[in-house]
Amino acid sequence: MSTIPITHFLYLALILFGIGIFGVLARKNAISVLMGVELMLNGVNINFLAFAKYWNWYSLTGPVFVIFVITVGAAEAAVALAIIISVYRQWKSANVDEVHYLRD
Amino acid sequence: MIQYSWLIPVLPVLAFAIIVLLARNFKKLSAFISVLTMAVCFLFSCGIFLDLLKLDPSVRLVSMSWSWLAVPPWEAHIGVLIDPLSVNMLLVVTFISLLVQIYSLGYMHDDERFSIYYSYLSLFTASMLGLVLSNNFLQIFVGWELVGLSSYLLVGFWYFKPEAAEAAKKAFIVNRIGDVGFLIGVVMIGMTFSTFDFAQVQDLAAQGIANGTYRTGFIALITLFLFCGAIGKSAQFPLHVWLPDAMEGPTPVSALIHAATMVAAGVYMVARTYALFSTDPLSMTVVAYVGGFTAFFAASIALAQDDIKRILAYSTVSQLGYMMLSLGVGGYTPGMFHLTTHACFKALLFLGAGSVIHAVHTNDIWKMGGLIRPMKITGVTFLIAALAISGIPPFAGFWSKDEILSAVQNSTISGHNLLFAAGLFTAFLTAFYMFRLFFVVFLGTSPDAQDHEVHESPWVMTVPLMILAFLSITVGWINWPGFDAFSKFLYYGPQPRLENFNGVTAFISSLVGLFGIGLSGLFYYWKVFSAEKFSEMFKPIYLLLKNKYYIDEFYDWIIKKIVFGLASIFSWFDKNIIDGIVVDGTGWTTRKLGGLLRLTQTGYVQNYALVIFSAVALIYLLINF
Repeated sequence: MSTIPITHFLYLALILFGIGIFGVLARKNAISVLMGVELMLNGVNINFLAFAKYWNWYSLTGPVFVIFVITVGAAEAAVALAIIISVYRQWKSANVDEVHYLRD
Repeated sequence: MIQYSWLIPVLPVLAFAIIVLLARNFKKLSAFISVLTMAVCFLFSCGIFLDLLKLDPSVRLVSMSWSWLAVPPWEAHIGVLIDPLSVNMLLVVTFISLLVQIYSLGYMHDDERFSIYYSYLSLFTASMLGLVLSNNFLQIFVGWELVGLSSYLLVGFWYFKPEAAEAAKKAFIVNRIGDVGFLIGVVMIGMTFSTFDFAQVQDLAAQGIANGTYRTGFIALITLFLFCGAIGKSAQFPLHVWLPDAMEGPTPVSALIHAATMVAAGVYMVARTYALFSTDPLSMTVVAYVGGFTAFFAASIALAQDDIKRILAYSTVSQLGYMMLSLGVGGYTPGMFHLTTHACFKALLFLGAGSVIHAVHTNDIWKMGGLIRPMKITGVTFLIAALAISGIPPFAGFWSKDEILSAVQNSTISGHNLLFAAGLFTAFLTAFYMFRLFFVVFLGTSPDAQDHEVHESPWVMTVPLMILAFLSITVGWINWPGFDAFSKFLYYGPQPRLENFNGVTAFISSLVGLFGIGLSGLFYYWKVFSAEKFSEMFKPIYLLLKNKYYIDEFYDWIIKKIVFGLASIFSWFDKNIIDGIVVDGTGWTTRKLGGLLRLTQTGYVQNYALVIFSAVALIYLLINF
């Protein structure tokens, strides 16, 4: 199992994270932004597990942390969807460009 | 009694405070408090005088100081100096002040602000006494400014009259100009001698001059700065312009402040610091020439004035010039003697003029005439004062003026013959304009313009006149040749200087005075010559004198063109650069910057997220590369 170099996993995590950032920063639809956030979380998870596997096989710290991230990610996704639905009800649009009431 | 002499300035201050705080609405009470205080001060001064006489002449100097302001290691003192000079001034100030306050009971009787008037008089007297009793330069400066303030308050007493308000401002501002020089002198003294005390400065200066530690002319420079203050306060040329305008104030005020006391403060100061002045012939020459010129200059202006008080004002300026002239040629005692006699007859002249003004309600001498018939006491006392000021023996003015002329004649300063001639000619002019005033106002016929009954003033006004008339006759006799009580009391140096009585000078000066009176009579009484035709013949000179040599207009031009011109440059700088660039500019810059920074608040959450992620990347790069 350790014949695959760790860097492969890290690159995969980086790519996933990067795609996630792209989604967060550059998508118009709020749900797309949410999907980007989920991708970022998954990238980070793979990072944790890669290091857990290659550096300290017997420690449970890595995997436990990953479980936390998945759980919190799920909760956060639920909350975020609820907010998006509220915003949609108020301003009739899920477009982040149009909901800029933090300004002026 | 000398150890309680510090009370003398304190009592009038208390009177001022009590009247202002408690007795404002009680006219009789305020006047009573003020007059009583002044009477007590006068008796106190007499007591101190007698106490001083008991001391041997070589130790007649008592100085007491208390700590006033301490900034370690330096300390400012407030103190009292009792010596013949200050005691002389004490007697003059308290006595004349007392008479003026009694006189004012009648003169200011109907005024609404009667109590405030008496409070100001008390304040003035307190300041003057504080000045006269000071034993150090700081205290004399404080007293100096306070008398200037009191003068402002009293000249502008009828502040609702625009001329009075203007005159008060003019008096204070012109005084202030002189005071700049005075302050520079005081500061130089403090820096050079590390002390302000008169006695210590005198000793240190004498030592320093003997050792040659000062640059040539350094002490002279200090004295010239101090003299600037005297020029302002004693209305010498070129800062004389405030005194005639100050006649807008009530006449008793003119008698007290602008004849007998405040304007004498400059002469007093020169006498007090005589140790510094007498060391350098330059200072003495400047003092003598300023005084001599002023004496002649003011007398010439008085010839062409028609307002009774203005004639007397210029007369005061002229006589103060005599005093300065005397001090400048080394005549310490004659100068102070003239100050004392002048206080008596000038106060009498002003109070007499007040009596006249009170009766006929005008200041213009040509609207008056023949007043000696209804106002006998005023007329006779005025005549006595006029004879005194003209230097006719045996009246008081003769003795002091003659001593001054002798001192000028015997002095060694360059051009003393010119000064002597000027002094003599001025004596002639003095007699002329004084009797012009007397003949026009008191003798002759009354013009038809007088439509109301003219009667003599009440006794509160005439009794001071009589007392001063008595003094104007007798006070000169204190220094009768051979008796010389004044010269033996008040002198500069280790020994009194008893000048021999020069009969020739005395005869010439009396003759000159009589000539002045006689010529004036020919013009204004017997009307052998016509004054109008004479002034028509010499119209340019007449206009020059009547318009006071146009000096006021000249100063006005200087103020408008130069002072306001400079001020407008600074005003432009202040409005456009300070206010515009610094203040408004800062605001403008802040707002513009704010406007720029506002653009970062887009409201788009994605923009914010972008900033966060870029910052993380940037920090990573900065840390690792």
